[in-house]
Amino acid sequence: MSQYFSPFVLPFCAAVLVLLGICIWKYVRWYKHFDRLQKAIFLKNLISWKFIPALWEAFREGILHVRISRKNLVLGYMHRSIALGWFLLIVVGAIESHMAPTESHPFWMGIFFRYFVHDTPSPGISMFFANLMDFLLLYVLSGITLAYLKKVYSRIVGMKKVTKHVIFDQFAKFSLWAIFPLRLLSESLSANLYHNGGFLTQSVGDLFSSSFASTFELLSWTCYSFSLAIFFVALPFSRYMHIFTEIVLIFFRHLGLKERTAKTGFTMYELSACSRCGICIDNCPLNKQLAIPNVQSVYFLRDLRYKRVKPEIADNCLLCARCSSDCPVNIDLMSIRQQARHKQELDTQHNYQYLDNIQPFNAIGRVGYFAGCMSHLTPAIPEAMVAIFEAAGQKYWYMDEDKTICCGRPLMQQGYLNQAGELRRKNIEMIKKSKIQFLITSCPICYQSFKKEYKLPVPVIHHTEYIAGLLQSGKIKVRKDDLKTVYHDPCELGRGCNIYKEPRQILKKTTQLVKAKSEKEDSLCCGYNLGNTLINNEQQKKIRDAAFKNLMHKKPDVIATACPMCKKAFKHSMDFPIRDIAEIVKDNLIKK
Amino acid sequence: MAISFGFTISQTRVVNMDNCDFGKLHQLERITPSFKKCMNCGACTATCSAQQFVSFNIRKVKSLYTMGQLGGLDKELAKCMLCGKCTLVCPRGLNLRPIIMNMRKLLTTK
Ligand code: SF4
Ligand code: SF4
Ligand code: SF4
Ligand code: SF4
Repeated sequence: MSQYFSPFVLPFCAAVLVLLGICIWKYVRWYKHFDRLQKAIFLKNLISWKFIPALWEAFREGILHVRISRKNLVLGYMHRSIALGWFLLIVVGAIESHMAPTESHPFWMGIFFRYFVHDTPSPGISMFFANLMDFLLLYVLSGITLAYLKKVYSRIVGMKKVTKHVIFDQFAKFSLWAIFPLRLLSESLSANLYHNGGFLTQSVGDLFSSSFASTFELLSWTCYSFSLAIFFVALPFSRYMHIFTEIVLIFFRHLGLKERTAKTGFTMYELSACSRCGICIDNCPLNKQLAIPNVQSVYFLRDLRYKRVKPEIADNCLLCARCSSDCPVNIDLMSIRQQARHKQELDTQHNYQYLDNIQPFNAIGRVGYFAGCMSHLTPAIPEAMVAIFEAAGQKYWYMDEDKTICCGRPLMQQGYLNQAGELRRKNIEMIKKSKIQFLITSCPICYQSFKKEYKLPVPVIHHTEYIAGLLQSGKIKVRKDDLKTVYHDPCELGRGCNIYKEPRQILKKTTQLVKAKSEKEDSLCCGYNLGNTLINNEQQKKIRDAAFKNLMHKKPDVIATACPMCKKAFKHSMDFPIRDIAEIVKDNLIKK
Repeated sequence: MAISFGFTISQTRVVNMDNCDFGKLHQLERITPSFKKCMNCGACTATCSAQQFVSFNIRKVKSLYTMGQLGGLDKELAKCMLCGKCTLVCPRGLNLRPIIMNMRKLLTTK
């Protein structure tokens, strides 16, 4: 063994042990902080076929970075070259060292192979490995070069703003960036002395004189070992913890684990899975339109992970979910943001006894219609819905015709979980006792709440889904007019509940639908979303104006939307026609 | 017999402004400066979702808060459902939801 040992491997070996120890310790501790339900789900699904798709996704996202490549090819290449290249360097290095005809194969041999092994009985095979390893090293180095260029000029990878990293992350990054050039230097110096290099290391090595090589060979390998060691020890405390955690998280998700309303150990996994890639910065309306720094998901998650998140940061977010749809790691950013806003003791001091006096209504055989608080500020929407119910011969119960119990989502968003629960309890009781067949809502905020936060015994649909169904089944008939419309995707309906198809179907049947510049998952928030309580009206209008500009791309006559809040936003001191889909359908009804 | 006009009149109230404590008011105005812009029009109260069920007058709560009459306000504010209608209708652009949340917070902190 002594033949394949030199003191310079020690930092590397010690760091590997430290890295393993810290990771296991952290993962076990976070697992302990899972709540009961999460543990039960984990144990129940632990042994199952779900591992196979998880394994594939882990490889695809942890190593190949397919989702990042979809955002931008160069950025994807950068991430892939470093991850895949390094992964293969380790794998091929291990194979190479095991195939070498040496008496022992200590685990560091794959990393420092060319220092220890100089000649082998089959030069063909060793040449093959040397060239392959050189190719992989070149591949990684190309990624590192791109990463460096990104720092200087980020548009090269399609990003306007890149993350401002904390000092510690910078430190970890520079140790990572040092690893591969040092490896190139070390292998080249050895190649100069023993002629065991491939196309890259041999040609670089031949540039040096042999006296230089023999003087600096050991030093260079030592530096290489130290750079690895520094990176490994910094890894669990820096953003690079995402390398392993993302993979663990993918497995957890496949086993059915999700964020809960309160912070759990699972949240810790999600926080550490964020690579601080900064993809979530550019499209955040608070960055793009208002230039507010430090509040975007990347900074918020970082501050939360290091336990120093301030309320000004946690609260300054529209919950528009644009970052969630951009995030290549698919972190449940909206849930985490809401958890961090929890209002502790205030949350239990509600005063909702007045709800007890509200009597439920017997609505057997009818559908329920819940307009929501906001729709009462845009009365044309519920009026249109009533007209559509009548045209379709649908018996309905207008649940909140003159008084609305809020769905509770605004409270949820601001961290009053308990209070929101009180409102939900009352609404659930009303809905259960009324015995309606299903529930239709006009407000996407309520819709998302009923759908995700309530456990209702009846289906919940948004009015666009309902109208699309009526048109499909021929229960109502509409004519198509020449009006050029464009559809504004409400955040809560689109990114929130994945409803993109039905509104467009309806608009195609009633009007001439044109496209907005960015649509669907990429649509722009109107700025009036209830999620944010810190920006003022002027700032909201700035965000709204950007959304408006995006919609005007093809010069439509009317903006169509499906959310009373968005409608209000576009009405606010503006003169452009904006209508809800329900209103458009009502006007185009063909009377039987 | 009393005639119902569909609204009631508040009790007359005498406040001696010399003896009021405005500490909490100044704190609130610092964190949500738009509070100062209120013209007491009452649009917020008229539209309020909670007010439809129970006597709850957000405009009044705000003016009591302005005058340092803080007793019982936390209980009143706890009736709010945070639905946001008031914020949308306010003609002076007050950001009412954070004002409500911050009033609650300041009233419970000593
Ligand atoms: S939240 Fe997602 S997109 Fe944002 S920095 Fe983290 S991993 Fe990247
Ligand atoms: S939810 Fe919207 S406002 Fe909040 S951080 Fe994400 S993109 Fe920005
Ligand atoms: S609507 Fe606005 S200006 Fe009018 S009383 Fe309410 S807060 Fe004051
Ligand atoms: S947010 Fe509160 S005060 Fe404002 S309208 Fe809703 S319930 Fe009333």
